[in-house]
Amino acid sequence: MERQTLKWPKQGNARVPYRVFADPEIYRAELDRIFLGPTWQCLGLAAELPEPGDYKTTFLGETPVIVTRGEDDEIHAMVNRCAHRGNLVCLKERGHTKDGLTCVYHAWRYDLTGNLTSVAFRRGVGGKGGMPESFRLEEHGLKRLRTDTFAGLVFGTLSVDAPPLSEYIGNDIGGRIGRVMRGKPKLLGTTSQILHNNWKLYFENVKDTYHASLLHSFFTTFRISRLTTAGGVAIAESGAHHASYTYGEQRGDNATSDKLYGEIHSLHEDYRLQEPGFLDSVDEIGDGVTLQILSVFPNFVLQQISNSIALRLVLPKGPDKTELQWIYIGFEDDDAAMTERRLQQANLVGPAGYVSMEDGAVGAFIQRAIKGGEDECSVIEMGGFEHAPQPTRATEASVRGFWNAWRPLMGL
Amino acid sequence: MDLAEVVRRLELENLYADYAACLDADRLEDWPGFFIEDCHYRVTSAENYEAGLPLGLIYATSNNMLKDRVSALRQANIYEPQRYRHLISGIHVEKDERDALELGANFLAVRTMQDGGMILFAAGRYVDRAVRTEAGWKFAKKIVVLDSRQIDTLLAIPL
Repeated sequence: MERQTLKWPKQGNARVPYRVFADPEIYRAELDRIFLGPTWQCLGLAAELPEPGDYKTTFLGETPVIVTRGEDDEIHAMVNRCAHRGNLVCLKERGHTKDGLTCVYHAWRYDLTGNLTSVAFRRGVGGKGGMPESFRLEEHGLKRLRTDTFAGLVFGTLSVDAPPLSEYIGNDIGGRIGRVMRGKPKLLGTTSQILHNNWKLYFENVKDTYHASLLHSFFTTFRISRLTTAGGVAIAESGAHHASYTYGEQRGDNATSDKLYGEIHSLHEDYRLQEPGFLDSVDEIGDGVTLQILSVFPNFVLQQISNSIALRLVLPKGPDKTELQWIYIGFEDDDAAMTERRLQQANLVGPAGYVSMEDGAVGAFIQRAIKGGEDECSVIEMGGFEHAPQPTRATEASVRGFWNAWRPLMGL
Repeated sequence: MDLAEVVRRLELENLYADYAACLDADRLEDWPGFFIEDCHYRVTSAENYEAGLPLGLIYATSNNMLKDRVSALRQANIYEPQRYRHLISGIHVEKDERDALELGANFLAVRTMQDGGMILFAAGRYVDRAVRTEAGWKFAKKIVVLDSRQIDTLLAIPL
């Protein structure tokens, strides 16, 4: 069955046919219509490229991209594909160049904004060979992305139809990015996780505020975050982006909370950390929000879990494979104690994270389970059928929001 | 190499062999016993390590934090049944302070899942400091430097 013949269930965003996570045709259409379509995707941090001549490589979906800081001190991005015969122009993941970008295959040379500046042996040798007179350098630059930055984050798109970045993100979600990205970022380290599932299963997981305290029992057991803690979910009008947030634990609620969770699974009353000090956090932003998970459709996640701040980039690698890149940051004005706090609390997240390691596996469990059931659907009804913001996290409203944004792009 | 050095070499060989056997036999409760109280353990990538970036995927600054890691794996975290097979070789002393050593070793860890699926899960080196205690050699520091930055699915059992 192909995309054109997939009929969406009448319940709308509250039902998702499992086929969309498995079908290679749908996956290929997503690369074209979503990742090369009218969406803005995070390419990294402006602070990764401090000097003119600095470059890094990343992807728009599976399409390889070069991001540079030009001589004009602006960020530029181009498809990493030589205009001559399609070779990768940048082979290294990051670096610095003093004389532009040169393709290794035939030494075609580009400047940092993607203009073709020279072609080797353009006039041939001894009057023989060479490019025809009709060849124009200016017609053969690298394919350029539109780029823009927001709160120190670099975004790019290949689409002329995408609205301006700040409009795409919107004021509400933009403000919630700004409250975290409030200083000059300082890189603490990176890692990457290979997920054996479709990229959308990870994105659903990120937007699913319902699962956090159920799947991640570390959270529950140590009363770090429960659905009974005050919090909620903000959702862009289109449903595309979201931010879930939690305020610091109100200790008085524990009796009710224990009762609710005790009915779900046994709490390990005897389970105590020998050294809970690593969880001690500072309200560095000053608004009492201790946890915020934010997403910008279709590839960006910004995490604030206590004082652990990280960017996560979701890179599709096939219908059933996804790379999740983690970029952990602090800020230039952090003192040594704050840096140490961020490193200690990084234990909570990432591939080995106390509260996130399960996310690396649960998408693959679904990917395995839906085999043979591609015509069946998931049921996404917690909190109703809409995708409006809700003052609780016991809802799947932001997951429905994801599908509300995805379906029109895919024509489904 | 005098006899004392040969003996010490065998002691270090045993230390790493016992360390691997402990993890591979799922005797995780014994794992913190390979470290002194005031220890540093972290898992990172060569990319981070060479760039001087301090991040750890697992980051522990005391023996109690290692114990917490084990109890979380046993009681809180959810992951599929799996086992490692460590191959540790090339133990070499970088700096000899007699009863305290800066040393390193290479490792490979093959991970086998419950369905028999098997991958080369991790390759890298240990950047260690070992000290001689009354109970034998213990690690004061162990930095697990992974050659690859990619972790397949998740990292539950320590390396």
